Amino acid sequence: MYLRCGEIGMFTRFCRLCPGLERSCTKRKMQRWTASLPTLKAILKDARRHTCPCYKYGLLRNHIRKKSILCEALQHNLPPFTPPPHTEDSVYPMPRVIFRMFDYTDDPEGPVMPGSHSVERFVIEENLHCIIKSHWKERKTCAAQLVSYPGKNKIPLNYHIVEVIFAELFQLPAPPHIDVMYTTLLIELCKLQPGSLPQVLAQATEMLYMRLDTMNTTCVDRFINWFSHHLSNFQFRWSWEDWSDCLTQDPESPKPKFVREVLEKCMRLSYHQRILDIVPPTFSALCPANPTCIYKYGDESSNSLPGHSVALCLAVAFKSKATNDEIFSILKDVPNPNQDDDDDEGFSFNPLKIEVFVQTLLHLAAKSFSHSFSALAKFHEVFKTLAESDEGKLHVLRVMFEVWRNHPQMIAVLVDKMIRTQIVDCAAVANWIFSSELSRDFTRLFVWEILHSTIRKMNKHVLKIQKELEEAKEKLARQHKRRSDDDDRSSDRKDGALEEQIERLQEKVESAQSEQKNLFLVIFQRFIMILTEHLVRCETDGTSVLTPWYKNCIERLQQIFLQHHQIIQQYMVTLENLLFTAELDPHILAVFQQFCALQA
Amino acid sequence: MDRKQQPSRYPLGTVSNDLRILRGDSSLELSQYRDQHFDVDDDEQEKSLEESSTLYVGNLSFHTTEEQIHELFSRCGDIKHVFMGVDKIKKKACSFCFVEYYDRLDAENAMWCLNGTSLDDHIIHTDWDLGFREGRQYGRCRPGGQASNVFREDSDVGRGGSGKQAQAHDKRGVQ
Repeated sequence: MYLRCGEIGMFTRFCRLCPGLERSCTKRKMQRWTASLPTLKAILKDARRHTCPCYKYGLLRNHIRKKSILCEALQHNLPPFTPPPHTEDSVYPMPRVIFRMFDYTDDPEGPVMPGSHSVERFVIEENLHCIIKSHWKERKTCAAQLVSYPGKNKIPLNYHIVEVIFAELFQLPAPPHIDVMYTTLLIELCKLQPGSLPQVLAQATEMLYMRLDTMNTTCVDRFINWFSHHLSNFQFRWSWEDWSDCLTQDPESPKPKFVREVLEKCMRLSYHQRILDIVPPTFSALCPANPTCIYKYGDESSNSLPGHSVALCLAVAFKSKATNDEIFSILKDVPNPNQDDDDDEGFSFNPLKIEVFVQTLLHLAAKSFSHSFSALAKFHEVFKTLAESDEGKLHVLRVMFEVWRNHPQMIAVLVDKMIRTQIVDCAAVANWIFSSELSRDFTRLFVWEILHSTIRKMNKHVLKIQKELEEAKEKLARQHKRRSDDDDRSSDRKDGALEEQIERLQEKVESAQSEQKNLFLVIFQRFIMILTEHLVRCETDGTSVLTPWYKNCIERLQQIFLQHHQIIQQYMVTLENLLFTAELDPHILAVFQQFCALQA
Repeated sequence: MDRKQQPSRYPLGTVSNDLRILRGDSSLELSQYRDQHFDVDDDEQEKSLEESSTLYVGNLSFHTTEEQIHELFSRCGDIKHVFMGVDKIKKKACSFCFVEYYDRLDAENAMWCLNGTSLDDHIIHTDWDLGFREGRQYGRCRPGGQASNVFREDSDVGRGGSGKQAQAHDKRGVQ
């Protein structure tokens, strides 16, 4: 829809093709086109009237003056167009939703905003998207280009800009560009138009807040991240009292949850006291906890706790720069509450050993991320040994969470480090997230950020090894080619080493892919278990299924499918036969069926 | 993204230089800064900088923590390490740091999106860096901090008030 002088002729030819295009779509998979239909219909409506008001809003105003010249210009004859037939391998783009926030009532004093389904609206939208696509890496240029859009006096340009930016930011499954770009672009626009844009942005924020009850969870996540980062650039100034309605609602419902998550993110970009200062006293219940460490062996009342004396011993040892071996020997004497007698080696799963070691070490390293990372690195050997079994891994995560439950950011970075240093694996993290210890925090944003980050690390790991394998294979192919060119027999031996490497890499790839599949299966299985539990309980109690918790959980499941759809597509048969079978509760099965429909 | 030509090869004003400017991505261009403490020539430095995934971040408040930096820069990708700048003598925070990403692309996102935005009420400045080596975390000015802080004219409470030079001047003025 990006119209320039030379393309007007092409455009009118295209419009004449459209009825044929529409007919063929109707025959095939109609639902795929549902979202694009408004655009097509708008174009067709005007094309049939043989007028193109859209070109008046094109980037070059010369259109109108040069109309007579255009009619005599080179005419293009487009060949007939037949859409290719559908095949099993056909890949379709994801359906696109037309995003509309504003209409002409939102700016009653300014120029009239073109209607939501008018072709002018689509043209402006398309042009603004183009500007962002061309200039997003240079935000000053991008902002300047956006605010100098031609014909800006005839349209409420700031509203269009804000709508287009949010349309991209909230696009599912992912925005066209990195999320943070939209935040800094909006900041730049506020600097360029300080007298007008911030007000429109405030209005947009208010509107989005009002619609939180029905907003998709992934979009809410992005809204939280955008708003908190935006506020941090403007001294956290906001009229929080306007949102006092959230204070009387169920704390698990979308609005109070949103405010709580925003304040938590704001704190991460500043500090705890700042947050207490920026909100009215009535909002204190929604303020985040002070991110301090909780050490269970710290005060006098902990004398009676099992392992207390060992904890004190460890603390002394850590402070005197003990080695891994010295720590092992201290831990050797810790009794195992799970067994009557220890193994000879004393290193089977012993939750108490893990408890005293992890609590004490993390407490001593609590000062900063760097201190904690150094601690993990220095005592890596002890961690690996204690967390050798699956239960060990789970318990390390549990204890770490107990120590740092007030500091979700620290939890996230520690989980990341533990995965990267192979103290725990991805499946352990997934199981830990669905464990009963985390049930109270299950709907909090940090939990899902950890899970998605874990999945991404797994995916990156598989890609990396696949790439290494490809490179090794290419190297071998090049070697063969050179040999056949040179007729050199001596390189047979060189081949052998490379072939061995390829075989090892092949095994590595298969192992990684298997771990990746297992991770997704664990996640889906745990979702099914936790949702089924809720559905059964509601049926027994006779209460409504649709609690805020349920809505959140179902949308988190949808989010997994959507965010990682390319990988999950490989497992469709397994998922259908093993997990999402016909016996499953229809509420849960529906999510899987919707996902299948998207891929259809 | 096109690989940029070495700036030293084409003198300013020639056609090749003008074309380079048109093709280049100015947000990612190397600044004039070259590390004088490293025994590596300019061309080598530029090559390393064009492959680096470490950023120098300047004009931080003295109070800005590793956690705040981690939160902000995580929005561009997974961070490998944050090295906080330190006053060589006082061993305290020194208003700069290094952020190392696992992937170069994430560092590029940070250059595109975060350079010139605010952290802790300070407009931060990001630049490509050769990569952290022991010793680079120390400010290199004689008082122990950063030259940019000593010669600062404005008053910045978050960076200790007036620049040291300005403070010295004031004292002389009072006397």
